[in-house]
Amino acid sequence: MSTATRIHDAQADPAAQGRPTVSGLTLRLPFDPLLLLATLGLLACSLVTLAGATKEDIPGSPDYFVNRQAIFAGVGLLLMVVVARVDYSRLRELTWGLYAFLLLSILAVFALGSSTRGATLAIVLPGFSLQTSELGKVLLVLVLAGFLVDRARRIADRDTTARAMLLALVPTFLVVAQPDLGSGLVYLVIALAMLYVAGTPWRHFAGLFALGAVAVTIALVAAPAVGVTVLKPYQLDRLTSFVSPNESPGDEGYQQIQSKIAIGAGQKTGRGDQATQTKLNFLPEHHTDFIFAVVGERYGFVGAALVLSLYALLIWRSLRILTIAKNLFGALVAGGILAMLMFEVFLNVGMNLGIMPITGITLPLLSYGGSSVISTLLALGLLQSIYVQGRMAGAHKARTVL
Amino acid sequence: MEIGGPGNDGRRPAITPQLALRVAIFGGVALVLFAIVFFRLWYLQVLSGDEYVSQANDNRVREVRIQAPRGDIVDREGRVLVTNRQATVVQVVPGELPSDHAERKALYARLAQVLRMKPQTVQRIVVEQRALLPYANVTIKTDAPRSVLNYLQERKRDFPGVAVTDKYLRRYPHEELAAQLIGTVGEISPEELERKRYKGVKQGTVIGKGGIEWQYDRYLRGRDGAQLLQVDSMGGYKGELRRRQPVPGQQLKLSLDLSLQEVGQQAIATAGGGRPGAFVAMDPRNGEVMAMGSYPSFDPALFAKPISQETYEELQSEENGAPLYNRAIAGLYPTGSTFKPITALAALDAGIITPSTPIDDPGCLTVGTTEFCSPGDVGHGTVALPQALKVSSDVYFYVLGRDLNPVDGQPLQKMAKRLGVGVQTGIDLPGEVDGLVPDREWREEVGREEARCRKREKVSSCGISDMRPWSTGDNVNLSVGQGDLQATPLQMAVAYATIANDGKVVRPHLGLDVEDAQGRLVQEIEPPAARSVEIADSARDAILQGLHASASEPGGTSADVFAGWPQDRYPVYGKTGTAERGGGRPDQSWYVAFVNDPARPLVVAVTIEGGGWGATSAAPAARQILSQWFLGRRGQFVRGESHTQ
Repeated sequence: MSTATRIHDAQADPAAQGRPTVSGLTLRLPFDPLLLLATLGLLACSLVTLAGATKEDIPGSPDYFVNRQAIFAGVGLLLMVVVARVDYSRLRELTWGLYAFLLLSILAVFALGSSTRGATLAIVLPGFSLQTSELGKVLLVLVLAGFLVDRARRIADRDTTARAMLLALVPTFLVVAQPDLGSGLVYLVIALAMLYVAGTPWRHFAGLFALGAVAVTIALVAAPAVGVTVLKPYQLDRLTSFVSPNESPGDEGYQQIQSKIAIGAGQKTGRGDQATQTKLNFLPEHHTDFIFAVVGERYGFVGAALVLSLYALLIWRSLRILTIAKNLFGALVAGGILAMLMFEVFLNVGMNLGIMPITGITLPLLSYGGSSVISTLLALGLLQSIYVQGRMAGAHKARTVL
Repeated sequence: MEIGGPGNDGRRPAITPQLALRVAIFGGVALVLFAIVFFRLWYLQVLSGDEYVSQANDNRVREVRIQAPRGDIVDREGRVLVTNRQATVVQVVPGELPSDHAERKALYARLAQVLRMKPQTVQRIVVEQRALLPYANVTIKTDAPRSVLNYLQERKRDFPGVAVTDKYLRRYPHEELAAQLIGTVGEISPEELERKRYKGVKQGTVIGKGGIEWQYDRYLRGRDGAQLLQVDSMGGYKGELRRRQPVPGQQLKLSLDLSLQEVGQQAIATAGGGRPGAFVAMDPRNGEVMAMGSYPSFDPALFAKPISQETYEELQSEENGAPLYNRAIAGLYPTGSTFKPITALAALDAGIITPSTPIDDPGCLTVGTTEFCSPGDVGHGTVALPQALKVSSDVYFYVLGRDLNPVDGQPLQKMAKRLGVGVQTGIDLPGEVDGLVPDREWREEVGREEARCRKREKVSSCGISDMRPWSTGDNVNLSVGQGDLQATPLQMAVAYATIANDGKVVRPHLGLDVEDAQGRLVQEIEPPAARSVEIADSARDAILQGLHASASEPGGTSADVFAGWPQDRYPVYGKTGTAERGGGRPDQSWYVAFVNDPARPLVVAVTIEGGGWGATSAAPAARQILSQWFLGRRGQFVRGESHTQ
């Protein structure tokens, strides 16, 4: 095992027991280098892509988006380093406080938020608009992890599953009401994934899916029939236009078609500055939701494959960190973050490639947006912390890992 | 693996066999999802990349037409009949309009004032055109006066988004000259776009809509060029990518003679005194049409710009004489006595008479129970063929018609059709009609049609036919060009040309050759092959003798019209015709003649609707045409006195 030397090192340094010390960390990297590599690589891809794609978006300031994204990335990386050096386990104590903060921050958007295109998603601060639903994803992971650890012995109880789902559904409904369907879906997926990692019996999942199917039927069929609209028309359009984009090429289908054209036109090595789909604005939201299509058009299969590989690395490292977590709380947090990243990446990339409906989910680290980038980097900081703690604990106990 | 105690979560190892399995499933799912995404990426970018590149280009590239000037049409001497001129077009460039609503409205108001239009009209045009072609400039006015152009260009700053450009419009220096024959032009219609004839022609192209413009459209049209523009998703202009130069249309030379055409049109206008009429002047040897006209005419320039429905209806209305209608090829009339030479040929061919067979003309002939009489019941005594043609004896030809009827194969009808009567001549013009040489079969057919119609509609008469069988009387009527006979002036010209050139039935044509813009020959238009009819020399001689006497000797039906004509140099062979049109309408005046000059022979056919006696209106017009052709001056318009059919 490759850990042999490290075990030796750890044993040679008793200070590494319990809490991290500077001297203990000097002997090995205080972070997972591959995870950091993936993180920095994706941020670099984001900046390069934005630099090319948004040059003409704001006349007179070609670097507007790049500069801001660089600042977000810088702030996010700083926070990531801080979080990575803290023992994440301490956050368990804050479970209910975090939950209260989560709900309040989402409610604050209703009270203080500004509306764009029929949706109130963000609180506008000077120079920055805070989308609390993004931060909420990380908070939800911590809250659910804390709750599930408390209930670890009764994980097979129906009661545990029901309560956990209830905890998740409250913020889910709140963000869907903003309306931010995408984040709502992420919250649900986080909850399900954490139950899964916690060891919830399969039959509970079966029951949840059955309930979900009933709920969806009511929301989409029964409720509109009696005059209650659960989904806004444009949300329904997005979901249905995915099924047949060519029938509504005017708006929702249009985005999907233009995205496919952009990616396809990139061919093997991309069109560089001839990327007309982006440059001439045929591709909407090219700095946020459809940035993957920009990568595909500008840098071709080579560029898109590089980005996907970096995500593969990110997800592989997340899985690995899940397995080396020193405690269940860590494993659950890692599982939640892993599920969040995976779901976001596949839904967004799938939507760009025309195989997933348009849900307004951004591509983590690549899409422009402070709330998203900083929240994702916070989550990655937690993963780094789990890695570091797991390493130290493992070294201490000479524990073999998967 | 160490199992931590329950509740002792801080020290409890995270990984259990159950979790290991679940993590493995997690990894498996991630692997599958990555595989799907990679495959999809490969499919889009590597397998179907080319298709998406072309779709991306379709997205961004817009074509703006550069109009190609249409080819000129010239007469046989190269004199211009139709050419182009540049017209000022005032357009609005949607992308450059003021974005402020009130400013835009004020601009429309200013523009409307300059163009003498209503502001609402300007706004409506902009809105409508933008809905059709969002990126293209909107044409507000075609052919604005030059002063408007200057005004707008001097005050460019007051008119943001208003552009003044040029456009080629058809110019007709001779206005009404040969208007129906030349035809008009217009933008291709959606229906025409689908036709095979216009394969490869783009929307918005100006094409020939009638006459020569239609017939030779593929030479005249040229090929529009294009500016390939790059646009963004809002249709905004982002620069020119490429330019394809337009290819001007080729010049078309017609067989028409401009001076003869002018004289002919004036002659029939004078002859008819406002009544509709038509004429054809043709080289009998090869069918080259030297002049062809229909009265009333119109100014084709009306069609160069968008035409109002009202004007168009006026041009088609019967009350105005339907100026759009080319009577020379589409006007169907009984021909009156101009048919007689054909009857004579048929009778000679069938052996019923010889050129010298005498027939008594007491003025009337009774066939069965019907009496057929000459005008005023005037008889001409005993006449043989040449004399019968000279004085236009009706009874002589009644007898031939009566005697030809029982002969097998209906030789009279057969001869008429062989000479080109009642069938399209095949001239290179659209809209030619067949006409009708009535025969037994036709009468039976219309009788059956009438019967079917009466049965279907349950009415006592449909007006298609009186359902009587073919009778000798029908043939007697036909023998003098009366009854159900329907022929065009061009058909009569062809029939006489056949007599003139000894049996060669020419196919009339107008197109001579295609030249490039510098007048260099590009392609000669091959005159179509001619048919031939066998005409015995003796028969031809007798007919020529009669036709010449008719126009030259005292007592000939058109002799007084040709008084003073140099018959020794240019012997005229002509025949008057006066056809009854029934219903109390005035008679149809006809004259068909040829001068078989070895150098430049000419056959002329003239008809005037309601023009009365052939000698009164049609013959004098024909003389003027012949005079212009042979003597270089039209001469006086002299009405003849002969009151014969």
